[in-house]
Amino acid sequence: MSLNYDSALEIYEPTLGLEVHVELNTNSKMFCGCATEFGAQPNTQTCPVCLGLPGSLPVVNKRAIESTILIGLALNCSIAPFSRFARKNYFYPDMPKNFQTSQYDEPICVNGSLDVEIETDEGNKVFKVEIERVHMEEDTGKSLHVGGSTGRIHGADYSLLDYNRAGIPLVEIVTKIVPNTGKYAPLVARGYVAALRDILRSLKVSDVKMEQGSLRCDVNLSLSKKGSGVLGTRSETKNVNSLRSVERAVTGEIVRQANRLQSGEKVVQETRHFLEESGQTRPGRSKEQAEDYRYFPEPDLVPVAPDGKWIEELRKSLPEKPAERRKRLQQAWAVPDKEMRAMVNAELLDTVEQTVLLGADPTRARSWWLGEISRIANERSVLPTDLITVSDVAQIIELITKGELTDKLARQVVEGVIAKEGTPSQVIAKRSLKVVSDDSQLMKAIAEAIAAAPETAQKVRDGNIPAAGALIGAVMKLTGGQADAARVRQLLLKHLGQ
Amino acid sequence: MAAALNNKEISAVELTNQHYEQINAVDKDVHAFLYLDKEGALLQAKEVDKKRAAGERLSPLAGVPLALKDVMTQKDVPTTCGSKILENWRPPYDSTVVTKLKDAGVIILGKTNMDEFAMGSSTENSAFGPTHNPWDLTRIPGGSGGGSSASLAAFEAPLAIGTDTGGSIRQPAAVTGTVGVKPTYGGVSRYGLVAFSSSLDQAGPCARTVLDAALLHQVIAGFDPKDSTSINQAVPDVVAATKKLDIKGMKIGVVKQLAGEGYQKGVENKFNEAIAELVKLGAEIIELSCPNFEYALAAYYLIAPSECSSNLARFDSIRFGLRVGDDKVKSAEEVMNLTRQAGFGREVKRRIILGTYALSSGYYDAYYGSAQKVRTLIKQDFDNAFAKCDVLVSPTAPTTAFKIGEKSNDPLAMYLNDIATIPVNMAGIGGMSLPCGLAEEDNLPVGFQIMSPAMKDDRMYLVGGALEAALLSKWGKPILDFAPKLVGSK
Repeated sequence: MSLNYDSALEIYEPTLGLEVHVELNTNSKMFCGCATEFGAQPNTQTCPVCLGLPGSLPVVNKRAIESTILIGLALNCSIAPFSRFARKNYFYPDMPKNFQTSQYDEPICVNGSLDVEIETDEGNKVFKVEIERVHMEEDTGKSLHVGGSTGRIHGADYSLLDYNRAGIPLVEIVTKIVPNTGKYAPLVARGYVAALRDILRSLKVSDVKMEQGSLRCDVNLSLSKKGSGVLGTRSETKNVNSLRSVERAVTGEIVRQANRLQSGEKVVQETRHFLEESGQTRPGRSKEQAEDYRYFPEPDLVPVAPDGKWIEELRKSLPEKPAERRKRLQQAWAVPDKEMRAMVNAELLDTVEQTVLLGADPTRARSWWLGEISRIANERSVLPTDLITVSDVAQIIELITKGELTDKLARQVVEGVIAKEGTPSQVIAKRSLKVVSDDSQLMKAIAEAIAAAPETAQKVRDGNIPAAGALIGAVMKLTGGQADAARVRQLLLKHLGQ
Repeated sequence: MAAALNNKEISAVELTNQHYEQINAVDKDVHAFLYLDKEGALLQAKEVDKKRAAGERLSPLAGVPLALKDVMTQKDVPTTCGSKILENWRPPYDSTVVTKLKDAGVIILGKTNMDEFAMGSSTENSAFGPTHNPWDLTRIPGGSGGGSSASLAAFEAPLAIGTDTGGSIRQPAAVTGTVGVKPTYGGVSRYGLVAFSSSLDQAGPCARTVLDAALLHQVIAGFDPKDSTSINQAVPDVVAATKKLDIKGMKIGVVKQLAGEGYQKGVENKFNEAIAELVKLGAEIIELSCPNFEYALAAYYLIAPSECSSNLARFDSIRFGLRVGDDKVKSAEEVMNLTRQAGFGREVKRRIILGTYALSSGYYDAYYGSAQKVRTLIKQDFDNAFAKCDVLVSPTAPTTAFKIGEKSNDPLAMYLNDIATIPVNMAGIGGMSLPCGLAEEDNLPVGFQIMSPAMKDDRMYLVGGALEAALLSKWGKPILDFAPKLVGSK
């Protein structure tokens, strides 16, 4: 009988290990001056250095070192006073020099940690994920295999190579093994990558776009029999490209490995590829015979020895930790957990904060950005901030707070701004969207409404207050929605002796 | 020559043409050149003449022709490194050395022959046939830069660029009766020098006199932001040092380990006669011991092949150079294998295999790791020696030029020819070879090596300049005037 996720975890304990590759957003490549822009025409951002032409030599990008140190500091790592690059030797067509310049036994940052908070049925839980190392390396080029059915190198008719990516600075962040996560392993893995992404974003060192590959995760997973204390053989699922996929890859591997072990087979030490559609993994190249990369110190580069003073300056420049910032804002704005999560997941926390900083009420700011504006953005597959500026939204909210706009009117203003009719005040003027604040005008409408429904008016006079709703609705209709409903109610009830 | 140009006794174009005439006359026998860029050179020469006529201030070497070792990239000019795998490759960029030469108005005549990827001591490992020693065409011109040194000895060029990983500038200079200098590691940019062993390679000047070498040194040396290992310090004034001619009171150390067994009698005799000249000039001679030099050769043959196995990985047929077996059916991996099989020569393959093995997991510590420790010990030997003396001296090579074919099937015997030059590379210091006479057994030139501490290159020029002047007055004429005249030579 095959095991499902729950039954697998009754017998086995998973151990995680996560390797995250981050493309830095430096203007130039790791070892040359070429541009790093995503999506340029193939092979237009190359030079003798990143093409590995004979005679060319690398020079380290100082900005990349700075970014890496910032990442290390944000992850509570110690920064090595002396670190070196090494050559990782293996042949592959998209690797120009047939070795990758990377850090090996002397990485720049070591021994850090990151707290990962996840929600569970038993409330929120925090797992401390220990970081083994953060090191620098260069990315490879990209192969496009044409023909054949699989899009892989085997069976392809020919391959195209784009070296624009070759030499883009990469930072690799490697965790120590993450034990004792039990059934939460998939959530911890996802939570770790999410927390890491938030930190990287707050440091402004990377675009952290998983879908563009600027943040990629390799998931290592092994199972051990509960209580045995012996680590099992691990598989390494490469290049998992979304948070959801990280979670699914862990779940899938737990079930796959458990079933293998349960039927008496061994887990093979190998790299695997994650399949988006099924959530399963398929084997890549086997690592049974560990590849010998013949590492040795890169003789073309001098060691990296960052100045202690510089490191301290960078430490001082670190932004507030995303998790702390979230707690602070949640408290200040008095937002319930669920709403807070929604804001974070929609990646609108920064936007809402900016709106609040312009004087808007936090609750209104949140509901406008997450509500109406997000809805329109979703329909059009754009970002909410592409539609309307923070200051326009802040201005509209201010008018609501002052009573100059109703929510209904405000929706029309937002619609107008999005339609590029002008600034909020221009839209208000053009569409004449002012709240009717003239009581005599309102009284006229009230009288009209009462005349149209005398029986309802009588009910109200007799003390049936809820019956007033229909009359208020009628007044609103008569004023084209531009009246303040609260004021109408006040005047109406007074008029009917209530 | 520079003076004649400056005084407008001869134009750069005329001078360039004269050298091409000499090349046409003798290079079929010598085979120093792999490629002649006559068009480019004459264009450059015309430019210099125009500037000179306009009264522009020019560098001292403006208009002087030069032979470039084929391991240095020159934009759009074939750069083969003596290998089939790069046949017809035209680099899209100039090496920093070439940029500096062009800026100084030096005329680049063409590219000179070399052992494939600078691996060898005889230029017999070139995929395009050996170069012959102008002193005796049946003999080797040294290596790997045999083409550069032979071009000087055959008067095909007055200046040349070489590169020196274990002696490839100095040993060819020694066996051809010319001058060759390996500057301090990091003194001259390696950008555009096709790497053999990155931590040992160094480009340097080759010439017929110490002063010419100094003038060329001054042109090519200096910090280069494109080479992380280049030294960001002022270049020592080697020209002034050469002209000083006064070495009174200088302490000159003779390395005990670089003499005796394996050294030809005539080499030792000429070396000792030169020492006697130095004494006459007022220098103090100190005998010194560098006990770790005996491990230098073994360590070198681990470090250099290890680095080369990685450096030469890029020759894979994908982006440039030779491609063999691409029939649209074979895989990229098969094509890579076939190309490397066909494109690399025996010595290169031998060293790639050796280096791949030495870097393999499980062997790394025993081989590469130990070799690096030896390197540190050799540096310490030099430090200790330089605490007691200003420069160190030795014969450049243990023998004079040997016969072509004599050692080509015995790599170990070939490797031993570099025994006196390798320690300098291992320590990253400067070394010079200049002629100190003809060995009595074979009437062939003997090289005298001067070694100076890192970034004190001026010291070897000081001693070299003074010794050269003393020997010249003793001989009455330059050593190359003793060489037999080549057929057709002007």
